[in-house]
Amino acid sequence: MYDFELTRPGTLDEALAALRAEDAQPLSGGQTLIPTLKQRLAMPSVLVSLTGIEELRGITREDGALRIGGGTTHGQIARETADSFPGLSHLAGKIGDPAVRNRGTIGGSLANNDPSACYPAAMMATGGTVITNNREIAADDYFQGMFTTALEEDEIVTGVRIPVPQSSNYQKFEQPASRFPLVGVFVARFDGRVGVGVTGASEGGVFRWREAEEALGSDFTPEALKDMSHPADGMISDLHGTAEYRAHLIAVMTRRAVAAAT
Amino acid sequence: MSKRPPDLRRPGVSRRGFLQGSSVVAGSLGLAAGEVRAAAAEPTSDTRNIEIKINGKTRNMSVEPRTTLVEALRDTLGMTGTKIGCNQGQCGACTVLLNGSRVNSCLTLAVMAEGGEVVTVEGLADPSGDLHPMQSAFARNDAFQCGYCTPGQILSAIACIDEGHAGNEAEIREYMSGNLCRCGAYPNIVAAIVQVRDSQQG
Ligand SMILES: Cc1cc2nc3c(=O)[nH]c(=O)nc-3n(C[C@H](O)[C@H](O)[C@H](O)COP(=O)(O)OP(=O)(O)OC[C@H]3O[C@@H](n4cnc5c(N)ncnc54)[C@H](O)[C@@H]3O)c2cc1C
Ligand code: FES
Ligand code: FES
Repeated sequence: MYDFELTRPGTLDEALAALRAEDAQPLSGGQTLIPTLKQRLAMPSVLVSLTGIEELRGITREDGALRIGGGTTHGQIARETADSFPGLSHLAGKIGDPAVRNRGTIGGSLANNDPSACYPAAMMATGGTVITNNREIAADDYFQGMFTTALEEDEIVTGVRIPVPQSSNYQKFEQPASRFPLVGVFVARFDGRVGVGVTGASEGGVFRWREAEEALGSDFTPEALKDMSHPADGMISDLHGTAEYRAHLIAVMTRRAVAAAT
Repeated sequence: MSKRPPDLRRPGVSRRGFLQGSSVVAGSLGLAAGEVRAAAAEPTSDTRNIEIKINGKTRNMSVEPRTTLVEALRDTLGMTGTKIGCNQGQCGACTVLLNGSRVNSCLTLAVMAEGGEVVTVEGLADPSGDLHPMQSAFARNDAFQCGYCTPGQILSAIACIDEGHAGNEAEIREYMSGNLCRCGAYPNIVAAIVQVRDSQQG
């Protein structure tokens, strides 16, 4: 790691002020940023730790949706949404391993937008909203390709609003070495609409599988997707799987998610 | 695809990145390349004195902001029970309890543990030397071969039971999945955890 300064502000305002320093960068759980720093792929001069900011943590119910603070850990989300939103609880409880979940945060994950991150699939499927210190951004506009988001420099993800579906499920085909999904599919069923968010598969990052959404909108059964496959164009090919393999997994994981949705 | 991605949201526009990476820019700022490199290599931030309660004792230490908790334990305090395997958050060799929760100490900055409480493998046996039940169970069940992953496994195993995630073997394996064992002692590790769980219930 290159050398850096570190500050631990107690309020959002103090954090925003600290981030105005040149090359300052937020630090949340550090589960992505610290490995990145160790590889010397980033060299911030100041890290602004967000973990001491009380107002960024916690989960509250807002009519029909959950409001989750950006500093809430995966572990806390897994535990506290088990009754209110089992699909999300299951997703959070499968991220990495317990030690990663005890530190990693939803805000850090959404800011990073790894093409295989889990939450973006749920955000896209549910039509969630990313809340920052100065605006609200719909999921469809927020995710802009691998590691790219609508966030401006020095903008902090303060929270998210996720509409709670009638039923939902997340299917993660785990890549056992990294514990990230090779392909992950989140299916959310609302009154009159179905959302299908796909992560891990596309070179363009997370996306909605609109054909499947349409088919499931009129018939929410795995059979509704029986003759449907996803094209391999634009899917990721790497040593873990070809584009064709990932495309195949999208359909399989979507059918499984529909079958398991509760 | 790398699972430890470069931070592409902030591409190489950092001032320090330019200074180090490009002698043209450095030159235009009137700095010789040699000076730039020397400046970057020298620690620019102060070391800090921090206090962490480790295994029940308050310890003071002087660390840089970039010092990880496992480096502080091993290098600053000489407590080498906690191991470094991957140094990337993947293997669990560095697992310690921080304020009661298991964390990878290689992905935790020491300054972030300031004012907190840390438990390492050195703190498990009672002062008279009697092993913690989990340590005894690991020994009884041959739950290791080379022993390198063992301190992390033991801390993680204690947390696994405390969290209530040791209900059956499948659950134990799932909730111990962050602790890898290159020697493949997994069946014996699970057996040790089952034994401690049952003795605590009994
Ligand atoms: C072994 C392992 C397995 C993993 N498996 C999975 C998995 O299966 N699925 C998955 O989705 N993820 C996985 N992850 C990643 C994990 O979820 C990280 O916690 C997450 O990607 C980043 O969150 P963080 O709080 O640790 O952020 P940090 O590492 O602290 O920060 C990440 C980036 O976001 C920026 N940032 C942080 N917080 C904010 C904020 N509030 N506002 C704006 N910018 C911010 C930082 O500056 C940095 O650029 C895994 C990680 C590890 C180490
Ligand atoms: S050394 Fe920390 S997880 Fe491998
Ligand atoms: S005992 Fe050798 S790595 Fe686990």
